[in-house]
Amino acid sequence: MTRRSPWPVSLWLGAALTALLVALALASFLWTPYPAEQVRVLARLKPPSAAHWLGTDHFGRDVLSMIMVGARNSLAVGAAAVGLGLLGGVPLGLLAAGLGRWGDEVLARLGDLVFAFPSVLTAILLTAVLGAGAVNVVLALALFNAAVLARVTRGAALAAWRRPFVGAALALGRGPLSVTLVHVLPNIAGIVVVQATVLFAVAIVNEAALSYLGLGIQPPSPSWGKMLGDAQTYLFTAPLQAVFPGLAIALAVMGLTMLGDGLRDWLDPRHRSSGVL
Amino acid sequence: MLAFLLRRLFGLIVTAWLATVVVFAVLQLVPGDPALLMLGVDARPDTLAALRAQMGLDLPVLARYLHWAGGLAGGDLGVSLTYGRPVAGLVAERLAVTLPLALLALAVSTALAIPLGLLAAARRGRGGDWAVLGFTQLGVSMPSFWIAILLILVFSLTLHWFPAGGFPGWGGGLGPALHALVLPALALALPEAAILARVTRTAVLDTLGEDHVRTARAKGVGRAAVLLRHALPNALIPVATVLGLQISFLVAGAVVVENVFTLPGLGRLLYQAIGQRDLIVVQGVVVLLALFVVAVNALVDIACALADPRPRGEA
Repeated sequence: MTRRSPWPVSLWLGAALTALLVALALASFLWTPYPAEQVRVLARLKPPSAAHWLGTDHFGRDVLSMIMVGARNSLAVGAAAVGLGLLGGVPLGLLAAGLGRWGDEVLARLGDLVFAFPSVLTAILLTAVLGAGAVNVVLALALFNAAVLARVTRGAALAAWRRPFVGAALALGRGPLSVTLVHVLPNIAGIVVVQATVLFAVAIVNEAALSYLGLGIQPPSPSWGKMLGDAQTYLFTAPLQAVFPGLAIALAVMGLTMLGDGLRDWLDPRHRSSGVL
Repeated sequence: MLAFLLRRLFGLIVTAWLATVVVFAVLQLVPGDPALLMLGVDARPDTLAALRAQMGLDLPVLARYLHWAGGLAGGDLGVSLTYGRPVAGLVAERLAVTLPLALLALAVSTALAIPLGLLAAARRGRGGDWAVLGFTQLGVSMPSFWIAILLILVFSLTLHWFPAGGFPGWGGGLGPALHALVLPALALALPEAAILARVTRTAVLDTLGEDHVRTARAKGVGRAAVLLRHALPNALIPVATVLGLQISFLVAGAVVVENVFTLPGLGRLLYQAIGQRDLIVVQGVVVLLALFVVAVNALVDIACALADPRPRGEA
């Protein structure tokens, strides 16, 4: 095996930010400064203070508590969208790489078809038909993720199939399924994980955008996107409320993209070109 | 080359056709009676019957698809339930906002990204490079609708330079209309510019390592001239590819950003149609956007193949 180089800066920073996000989400199960859905009309739209570190929203709900529970919701939607995408996309990509020309052609056309619908558009179409909600958002995002992951898996698997040890395993009488599982899959896992990390970030942004429009996570469950939508109504009186949830989204996305960049550089040091930060 | 073009064209037609099938099929997923969903439970029976007839709900599914697809091919997207007007006309009106917005965003993003990418490549590993990379990391992390809200906060509510939303229409002259599109276009352009600047930087750095560039330097051509005349033109192929792909992200982004600024564009039309349960408008707008993305993706593919003969051999 090749020797691993030390962790690049982006990997450290990305891992730290992502860990912080996960910790925030997990902590929200045990403790939040206030119950996230507690309405206190007398304390509405308060600026940050000792009692409410990030202030309160137009219902007097504690913004920090909402951001913590929102992290949980964002991560859940992202994890479901990427998990389902992996479950669907990786086997499809492996299959296409194994089946040769015809499998390839079918997968390529299916991919083109999915890419014809930007995931926000798919989500809008699904919510128009089936109603707004997190489940339909997850479905739309997962479909897009599966298409991307199938393409990435196929490309990487094709390259792996050409490696000498795969030929050797075949010559030793191993079947294609066993070769795929034992030799191909472990060799492409890194590339797939890097892509999945980036798709996780994209899923968080898209969930926020759809929840901003009111099509994603439904109130009273807090979501960063919905918080921004509410904050826009009170932009003049409580401008800071439009800053904190956005900052949460940006930090989450920054953490995950840097983690992805860092992982790619770490796994393949030749690739160290764009991801300096 | 001809074989490639024909194959790509065939792929384009198949994908476009499948896209119409998908949009149609998804709308069949409506639980229960679509006409009832659109009109609500207290609709009058004769209104309900009229809508059912207009949507062809009494026909078998295949006949309904053929009827709809035939209309689509002839530019007929049906009549909107809420507006009582042909969807095609509504779309044409809204395009007068969305198209200039998207073009403006594309122009701003390119104008920002290419100089920034060049600067970063020229100053590789030094202050300028780090500044550009910091900007791009920030740009890819901030969702466009949050940038939009922040722009409103700073440039509308605080500085009063631009309107916080709405659109005066093109009737009042070019000035006020463009003025209303500045902030939305910026919000759309900044994340795209961040990605494009990264791609430009990487592409320029790649070409800087090539032989013809080194030869030019060895012949005594200056740094700036090498960068602009030798490295940049060769770097433009990957840049153009990404630019083409970004058009589909712009479509999705415009849907959201138009709603932040309450701009009467296609995205706003689509969003309001969902609230009004106007499935005819939803179906029409979504299929048009999807067909547009399919066409752009195919064009990008063909343009890249024409500009660069290398990937043509691979299937």
